[in-house]
Amino acid sequence: MTDYIPSHLMVVAAAREIADGEIVFVGMRLPLLGFLLAKSTHAPHAVGVYELGVVRDDMAPAPILTMGDLPNLYRALWLADTADMMGLLQSGSVDVSFIGGAQVDRFGNLNTSYIGGVENVQTRLPGSGGACDLASLARRHIIIMAHERRRFLPRVDYITSPGYGDGPGWRERVGLPRGGPSAIITTLGIFRFDPGTSETVLSSLHPGVTVEDVQAHTGWPLRLAQDLVRTPPPTARELAMIARFDPSGYWTRANE
Amino acid sequence: MCRGFFTSVERMSTSKLISLSEAIGRFVPDGSSVAAGLGLEASIPFAAGHEIMRQRKRGLGLIGPISDMLFDQMIGAGCVHRVQAAWVGNVITGSGYNFRRAVESGALRVEDHSNLTIAMALKAAAMGVSFMPVRTALGSGLFVAHPGLKPIACPFTGTPLAAVAAIAPDVALIHVQRADESGSAHVWGNLGVMRDACLAARHVVITAEEIVPAAVIVSDPNRVIIPGFRVSAVCHVPWGAHPAPVAGCYNRDHRAFIEYRNASRTPEAFVRWQERWVDTPKSRDDYLRLLGAERMSELVLRNHLFPAPVDYGY
Repeated sequence: MTDYIPSHLMVVAAAREIADGEIVFVGMRLPLLGFLLAKSTHAPHAVGVYELGVVRDDMAPAPILTMGDLPNLYRALWLADTADMMGLLQSGSVDVSFIGGAQVDRFGNLNTSYIGGVENVQTRLPGSGGACDLASLARRHIIIMAHERRRFLPRVDYITSPGYGDGPGWRERVGLPRGGPSAIITTLGIFRFDPGTSETVLSSLHPGVTVEDVQAHTGWPLRLAQDLVRTPPPTARELAMIARFDPSGYWTRANE
Repeated sequence: MCRGFFTSVERMSTSKLISLSEAIGRFVPDGSSVAAGLGLEASIPFAAGHEIMRQRKRGLGLIGPISDMLFDQMIGAGCVHRVQAAWVGNVITGSGYNFRRAVESGALRVEDHSNLTIAMALKAAAMGVSFMPVRTALGSGLFVAHPGLKPIACPFTGTPLAAVAAIAPDVALIHVQRADESGSAHVWGNLGVMRDACLAARHVVITAEEIVPAAVIVSDPNRVIIPGFRVSAVCHVPWGAHPAPVAGCYNRDHRAFIEYRNASRTPEAFVRWQERWVDTPKSRDDYLRLLGAERMSELVLRNHLFPAPVDYGY
């Protein structure tokens, strides 16, 4: 029995979403670690694109806390403008991106701007950054967030990063060129999206978690995948890698 | 025969090298729109921002992509009445508490952008056109009550697009590795939206790690972020981006960002933080003395990487 915490499982699950050779728009926090883990295990040829103007095809030579740390620039494949990175995204060259959020709904819309909405703001959050662009323009995107009932709502208060809007056909109707969320990785399990209804389907339960646990923390009636599976726990090798990338536990142990 | 054409031409330029306090005094009047934090996490002009706070500027509009904690500090100091940005907070800790308080109390007007829309708003102004089209954000909340974003159809194909209105800042503040006295400046590392913001702005104020002869700048013209004739002032401010990282100079001082999170949780704590780090130090030199040589030595580069030389000859 290997010792791990939910954030380790989320990093591992994020890494498993990356196929070798894919162009990955890398976000902050756990997705950053997920990308590094994928690079160092099954996806050595994945290329990382960072919105501040960095493209890398190998590992940074030292641990980084954020994408702007100088080791992430060292022997980069390309250092350029944010507009160049966004051009890769907008022209359809990015396979997958990762984003987090404060609120998500059953169509995968994300709010990282206004709890309570614009008119009746209760909590102002930092805003989109590049998240709206990643959700709008990547070929697919993956959402990573803590699974709490106040975060998993029937409807988000504000759409910072569009998922499937109000259902099938919405992205096409509003004019988004492609993409949409392909998974929500949470502290309890993994949702995927029904291609017919664009709604979340619980597809994987993390070890020790029950369907009832997930329902208790989700603000809409769960739909279960026919082949609902158990998320494989992190291997010792994966945990060792994560410890190398996040030696102080700054991100993996942030919420402990 | 015009021999002079082939000999080394002394570039005619007047020096724009002035102190940071004079530059902020002259080029950032109350009510200005100020673009800053344009390297995203890199080379954020903290020294210039702190001088704005020290001079008690009022009614500023801030423009930027991901401002890291500089915008939060300027908002906390009461300098700001409007923000046009993609993200305001503290990159490694999350929320910007002054920003939160100001928005939640209704004291601050915000036009929400994404990194792509703010980049294109600056690009439009840099190009001298009134808007740029993008394919992002369609269907999102960004369009709600936003005077600078509008859905349109492509006039050629009918494809749905979003028009992003140009944003031309009154002044862009950038921190660079080196500049000459005319303002021609070299930047390396990731570039964020620095170039377009400088081209979009009426005035550009540069803080530089190093002031170098013009010959150094023209020896490597591809590295020039902005030519001197578009620059209003150059200030020699070593460590002028601390605690942000500057490629070739110093690493990111994560501790400062974590300490600031705690120091900005309440308005009272923020006042004490501002007193200690902004108001008491009368100059950047004072600030660096406060920071201390030991902490600075922890941030300097330990692994150097010099590029292969290139030949600009003919």
